[in-house]
Amino acid sequence: MAYPDDLRYSKEHEWVRNDDGHATIGITSFAADELGDIVFVELPEVGGTLSQFGTFGVVESVKAVSDLYAPVSGTVVEVNEALRDAPELLNTDPFGEGWIAKVDLADTAELDSLMDAAAYAAETA
Amino acid sequence: MTYSPHTTADRAAMLAAIGVASVDDLFDDIPQAVRAAEWVVPPPLTEQAVRTELSRLASRNRIPEVSFLGAGVYRHLVPAVVGEVIGRPEFATAYTPYQPEVSQGTLQSIYEFQSLICELTGMEVASASHYDGATATAEAALMACRLTRRTRVAVSAGVNPDYRRVLETYCSGPGVEVVTVPVDLADGGSGTTLPSTASGAVDDSVACLIAAQPSFYGQLEPMRELADVAHAAGALFVAVVEPTSLALLTAPGDDGADIVTAEGQPLGIPASFGGPYVGLMAARMSSVRQMPGRLVGATRDARGRKGYVLTLQAREQHIRREKAASNICTNQALMALAATAYLTAVGPEGLREVAELSTIQARHVASALEDAGLGERRFSGPYFAEVAVSVPDAARRHAALAERGVVAGHLLERDEPALRDTLLLAATELTTDDDIARLVQALGETM
Repeated sequence: MAYPDDLRYSKEHEWVRNDDGHATIGITSFAADELGDIVFVELPEVGGTLSQFGTFGVVESVKAVSDLYAPVSGTVVEVNEALRDAPELLNTDPFGEGWIAKVDLADTAELDSLMDAAAYAAETA
Repeated sequence: MTYSPHTTADRAAMLAAIGVASVDDLFDDIPQAVRAAEWVVPPPLTEQAVRTELSRLASRNRIPEVSFLGAGVYRHLVPAVVGEVIGRPEFATAYTPYQPEVSQGTLQSIYEFQSLICELTGMEVASASHYDGATATAEAALMACRLTRRTRVAVSAGVNPDYRRVLETYCSGPGVEVVTVPVDLADGGSGTTLPSTASGAVDDSVACLIAAQPSFYGQLEPMRELADVAHAAGALFVAVVEPTSLALLTAPGDDGADIVTAEGQPLGIPASFGGPYVGLMAARMSSVRQMPGRLVGATRDARGRKGYVLTLQAREQHIRREKAASNICTNQALMALAATAYLTAVGPEGLREVAELSTIQARHVASALEDAGLGERRFSGPYFAEVAVSVPDAARRHAALAERGVVAGHLLERDEPALRDTLLLAATELTTDDDIARLVQALGETM
């Protein structure tokens, strides 16, 4: 499976798109497919802080409940309110409309500890 | 041969992980005085000897001839059909099923219970029940902390003192601070939680304000105003209610409550020391994922037939383990069934009659004592079916009346030193005019 080249990926199947220190994060299509139909997302709080690899929310599917692990540290500046009523966006468009939160990065060097698309594709192969 | 699955090394590792030196340290909270020094199993007895011994023990129970004791537990008529229904072996022998969907009858009975509690409280979702009113209330406080991501709770001193002690215990583990909002205890005062006092205690660090309707003192609280105080600070409002009173009073869901809890005992469960009772909890659908305990939902199967399931189990400990909404709650399915049978048997009119008769008899108690010059209402303002009465030398006379087979309610100074010489007297539809005459006569004889 091919993954977008402009993202970085964590072993916990979250992605991050860095736009000059302002990052968008979500879960990968691989994670969404493994979870099955997603019925609920517990979003982080705007203004809250994330620490890399710490939990920041919960995603519930018909099969399982899983914690969300932050791929990067930072301050939450926006959450995807659309997910409250349409959690299925995580299944239908995980890298686009299904984004979870926007974060001001605390340390862009953390991105280096994440995988690129090729490495993530190998990880999930 | 040992049957313990843990080796000495396992146990040492577990003790080290939780930071105690020995297994005995886990029992430090239990006073030495009440611990068994050693466990001695008596020698075997014949069936006849066991019957004799049990009869001897049972004869030590003192059954009062007349009782005005309430203070959280109320003696109501339990229609015979309640015992008949909960005695059916399909129900009596079943714990909450762990392969639940094969037990459609049990699930349906729980679903009906939840529906009745929603109707009574004016709320959108009710749990399958809790252990009792106190633990349901403590769980509601922790639920409010999860929903608001805050770590302090404010509780009115008008909430049953036993509930407040359980709340303290529940909050001590996760480090939630409990702030008590005092009640206006002035002589002739309202005996209620003043909104102005509450607003001083509820700020943006407080997850919820908990108040009881009626209060422990029987008084009617300004619930709408207290809910407004909580909401103004971004906190939730938790209403602890007496279920029969809901036949007369505004439903807490219409009074701004975000979570409602109650002791369900008055609904068809006999008053007995130690229970079993049943806790009720209801909430808004928007907070359902933070609700503790089991939930039964209705659905349709593949052929379109109605069926029942344990729903939203992802909140529960067998799936979410340590991250479950609660790891310390249980339900009381059989007692919930008793409440369901009771409410079904008495119906809306029957429940209203129970509540009306109880309030009428409570007023007869108060006026009979006042007319006889034996006591006066301690507070002013509206009350439900329990009334606080100032009686000189109350402790001595309470004890003297107990010797005569009359329980003159609850001695409030046991919980609240400011309420010396005050009796809390409860009435229900079982309180007869003769009972009240007996109370007045016995109290008069102890002047």
